[in-house]
Amino acid sequence: MGIYVIRVPDIGEGIAEVELVAWHVKPGDAVVEDQHLADVMTDKATVEVPAHTHGKVLALGGAVGQVLAVGAELVRLEVEGEGNLKESSLLPPLGEGGDGGLPAMGAAAGRHAAAGPHPNPPPAGEGASATAGREKKSAPAPVQPAPAATERIASRAQPAAVARKEGDRPLASPAVRRRALDMGIDLRRVHGSGPAGRIEHADLDAYAAGGQTGAAGASPYVERHGEEQIPVIGLRRKIAQKMQEAKRRIPHFSYVEEVDVTELEALRQRLNAIHGAARGKLTLLPFLARALVLALREFPQVNARYDDEAGVVTRFEAVHLGIATQTDGGLMVPVLRHAEALDLWACAAGVARVAEGARTGKAARDELSGSTITITSLGTLGGIVTTPVINHPEVAIVGVNRIIERPMLRGGQVVARQLMNLSSSFDHRVVDGMDAARFIQAVRALLETPALLFVE
Amino acid sequence: MKEISTKLLVIGGGPGGYVAAIRAGQLGVPTVLAEGAQPGGTCLNIGCIPSKALIHAAHAFEQARHQAKGSPLGIRVADPGIDIAQTVHWKDGIVQRLTGGVGALLRKAGVQVLKGWAHIDDGKTVTVKPNEGEPVRVRCEHLLLATGSEPVELPSMPFGGAIWSSTQALSPDAIPKRLVVVGAGYIGLELGMAYRKLGADVTVVEAIDRVLPTYDPELTQPVLEALKKSGITLHLGCKVQGWDAKHGVHVRSDVKAEDFTLPADRVLVAVGRRPRTAGFGLESLQLDMAGRHVAIDAHCRTSMRNVWAIGDVTGEPMLAHRAMAQGECVAEQVAGKNRRFEPMAIPAVCFTDPEVVVAGRTPAEAKAAGIDCIEAHFPFAANGRAMTLESTTGFVRVVARKDNHLILGWQAVGGGVSELAAAFTQSIEMGARLEDVGHTIHAHPTLGEAVQEAALRALGQALHV
Repeated sequence: MGIYVIRVPDIGEGIAEVELVAWHVKPGDAVVEDQHLADVMTDKATVEVPAHTHGKVLALGGAVGQVLAVGAELVRLEVEGEGNLKESSLLPPLGEGGDGGLPAMGAAAGRHAAAGPHPNPPPAGEGASATAGREKKSAPAPVQPAPAATERIASRAQPAAVARKEGDRPLASPAVRRRALDMGIDLRRVHGSGPAGRIEHADLDAYAAGGQTGAAGASPYVERHGEEQIPVIGLRRKIAQKMQEAKRRIPHFSYVEEVDVTELEALRQRLNAIHGAARGKLTLLPFLARALVLALREFPQVNARYDDEAGVVTRFEAVHLGIATQTDGGLMVPVLRHAEALDLWACAAGVARVAEGARTGKAARDELSGSTITITSLGTLGGIVTTPVINHPEVAIVGVNRIIERPMLRGGQVVARQLMNLSSSFDHRVVDGMDAARFIQAVRALLETPALLFVE
Repeated sequence: MKEISTKLLVIGGGPGGYVAAIRAGQLGVPTVLAEGAQPGGTCLNIGCIPSKALIHAAHAFEQARHQAKGSPLGIRVADPGIDIAQTVHWKDGIVQRLTGGVGALLRKAGVQVLKGWAHIDDGKTVTVKPNEGEPVRVRCEHLLLATGSEPVELPSMPFGGAIWSSTQALSPDAIPKRLVVVGAGYIGLELGMAYRKLGADVTVVEAIDRVLPTYDPELTQPVLEALKKSGITLHLGCKVQGWDAKHGVHVRSDVKAEDFTLPADRVLVAVGRRPRTAGFGLESLQLDMAGRHVAIDAHCRTSMRNVWAIGDVTGEPMLAHRAMAQGECVAEQVAGKNRRFEPMAIPAVCFTDPEVVVAGRTPAEAKAAGIDCIEAHFPFAANGRAMTLESTTGFVRVVARKDNHLILGWQAVGGGVSELAAAFTQSIEMGARLEDVGHTIHAHPTLGEAVQEAALRALGQALHV
C-alpha cells in the first residue's frame, strides 16, 4: 500500500490559487480512476478535478470555501503499490479527515450566530456563553471556535432558520423535552433563555405562540425573529470581490442617453419575419453589438483594458464583447470573441452560445476571460436607468434599458415612438467625459439610423 | 392451535419488557407479554437484585468478623458464622417478593401474561409454547423484542458442574474454599469480593492489564487497592487456557510469558454478556444488526416496521434502567405518543467495595469530544460522614464545560456512592451548571456534601479542601 497525493492542478493562465467549491468524495470512500473528486473555482471557471488512479480517500486537503494554492495537496489516496509520496518528501500531514479534521476557516469566515440584544437570538453556543460570562465574573471569556465551513453549509441546508452547531444537543430538562415531543416541537429550533442556554417551559410557550404562523386561523401579523447566515463562497465570493475591486479602483463616470429605436425595431421585426425561421430570431443585442463595433473604431480609448498598477492602457483592434449573464450561481460575464467579424446572426448565435455555456458551466476558458468591453441588459426588467459597474480592467460598460412606446413631437406632430435608454459607465481615469458622451452619441446615431450599421 | 390477537406483544418479561407491558396496559393498549421463566428477567431473578442481596449479606458477615478481630469501635463479637443455605433462602425470599410484585403489577395493568417460550413466525405472528399445555399463536400489530442477554461461555470451560456462571454463583450450596474468577469486570469483581468476604480464597484472572477496564484508572485505583487489601489474588494480563478438575484452571501470563495452574473448587466465568438473538426465530425477520445486537434508532425501532427492540438485545450499555426507560418509550409510542429515547446520561454503578458510579462524560471523553472542560475532585477523606462510616477512600469528580460551567459528567468511587447516582444524573438531565450544585445546600453530615464541594472546587470556591 502506498500514499498517492493529488494536488491542485495548474489550470493555466497564471492562476495561482483556486477556491474549493464542492467535494464529491469523503475520507474512506473508494474512488476509481477519472472519478470526479472535487470542484475548484478559479477567477472565472469551475473545474472538475478527477482522480488520477484507483484508491481509497484518506484525507481531504481543505473545506469547501477554502482557497488553495495551485500545487497544494488536494486529496490523499491510499493506493495499491507505491504511490507517489516518498518518505523523504513527506509533507506535513493533512487534517485527521472527516468534518472535524478539516482546517477551520479563519476568523473572517462568518460566525454562526449573532449574540446580542436581539429578543430571540438563535440558540447557539455564543449567546449562551455570553450569558454565563455576564452572570459570573469568574467565568472565563466565552471562546467559540469558528466552525468549519462544512458545518456551516450543513446547518444552512437544514430547514431551521436557527443555526445550532452540529452535534450540540439542545439543553432542556426532561419535562421540557417531553412537553416538546407532545407539542411536536423540535427543540433544536427553540431559543433557550435559561442558564447555559437551557430551554425553559416559557421558551417553549413563546416558541409555540410565535412559531405557528403557518397554522390555520393564526394571525399573520406576528413578529418574526429568524436569521440565516449564508456564507459568501464560490462564485458569490468572486462576484463580491470583482464588484468591490471595480468600485474601489475605478472612478465611474456614468452617462445616460435616450435612443429612438422605432426604425431599428421595425428593421428587426422585418428581418425576423423574413429570416427568422431560417436564421433564428434577432434580439436588440446583435444590433447594439454591431453599433459598438462601428463606434469603437472612432473611439479606440473605450475598447481597452487599463492595468492601473503598471500604468498602461492597452487598446484593442478586436472587439471581445463581455456579455453580463445571470446564472443560477450569480452574475457571470462570458465573452463573445471577435464581435467585429460577426454578422447579426452569427453574433446572436454567439451570444446565445456563450451565455448558455456560462449557465451550464460548460464554457471554454477563452469564453470566460479577455473581454475588452461589456454589454449588460436586464431584458424586459431594463428599467429607466441603470448604473452599470465596469468589468475591471475594462474601461467601459454599456447597458440597455427597457424599450417603451411614448408620444414624441416630430415636425410639430405628436407621434408614437419606441424609445430606449442606454446607460453606460466609463473609467474616468482614462476616458474623458466628452469622449464618452461622443462615443454614446455615435452609438445612438447608428441605432437611430440602422442602415448606417451596414455601411462600411 | 389456539389463536389470540393483540395490539402489542412483548417477548421477554425482564425489566424492559415488563415495564413496557405495564405502561402499555396503563395507556389502554391491549398487551400480551410472553415469558417462559419468572417475570423480572435476569435482573430480578439472577442478576442485579440477588447479587445485591448476596453482597449485602457478605458485607454484614465481614463486618461481624471485622469486629470480632477487635474493633476500634469497641464492639465485641465472638466467632461469627454464616449459614449460607439460610442466606440463599433469604435472598430467594426477596426475589420472590419482587417477581410476585411484578406479576401483580402486570395483572393490575390488564396485561395478559403467557407463560411460555416465544418463537417468531413473522413480524406479526409469534407462537408461544408453554412448558406444559398447548401452544398459542399470537397475532399482533406491534412486536417488542426484549429478550435480554446471557452470560458468555468460554469454549474451554462450558458452564456446569464446577464452572459457574453468575447464575450459579448467586445460589451456592456451599461457600467454595478456593474460587477462581475469570474476568475483572463489574460482575466478576462484585461477586469475587462478596465471596472473599464470605470466606473463600479468591483469585481473579483478567486478560487486560487492569481491573474494571471500562472505567478510567483513577476511578478504579481505590478498588484495586481494596482488592489487594482484602487478600484477593490478581492475575492481570493473563489468559485462561482451560480447566481440569484435578489441577484447576490453566492460565498463561502474556506479560511474563509463563504458564501456571490455579487450583480451584469452583470457577466463576464472568467474561461478559451477549445479546440473546438466537433460538427464538429472530433470524427469520432478517433485522439489521449492529454487530451482535439488534440495531435500533432513537425511537427504539428496528429495521422492520412495527417491530421494536429494547434492553440488552440492543447492545451496550446493558443496564436494567436503560431497558426500563426504553420500554416506557416504546409503550407510549405504540399508544400514539411522540417519544424518543434520548437521555443526556445513563448512570452506571459497580457494587464493588468501594462502589463506583458514573454518569455522563469523563474528562477524557469530554476532551475527545473537543470540549474545553474543567474537572475537580473532592476526596471522602475530607468528608465527615465518610469518617464516621469508616469509609474514607475514594472521591467525587465533576466534569463541566469551561465556558458556561454546564455539568457534563460525574464520577465517584467510595463506600455507598451508588446512591449518589440520582443526584448526578438529575443534575445532568436538568442542565445544571456548577453554580447550581455548588449553591444548593447539601445536608450535613452526608456523603452528598462531597458532591457540592466538588462543584465548588471546580469553581475555585471549595471550603473544606
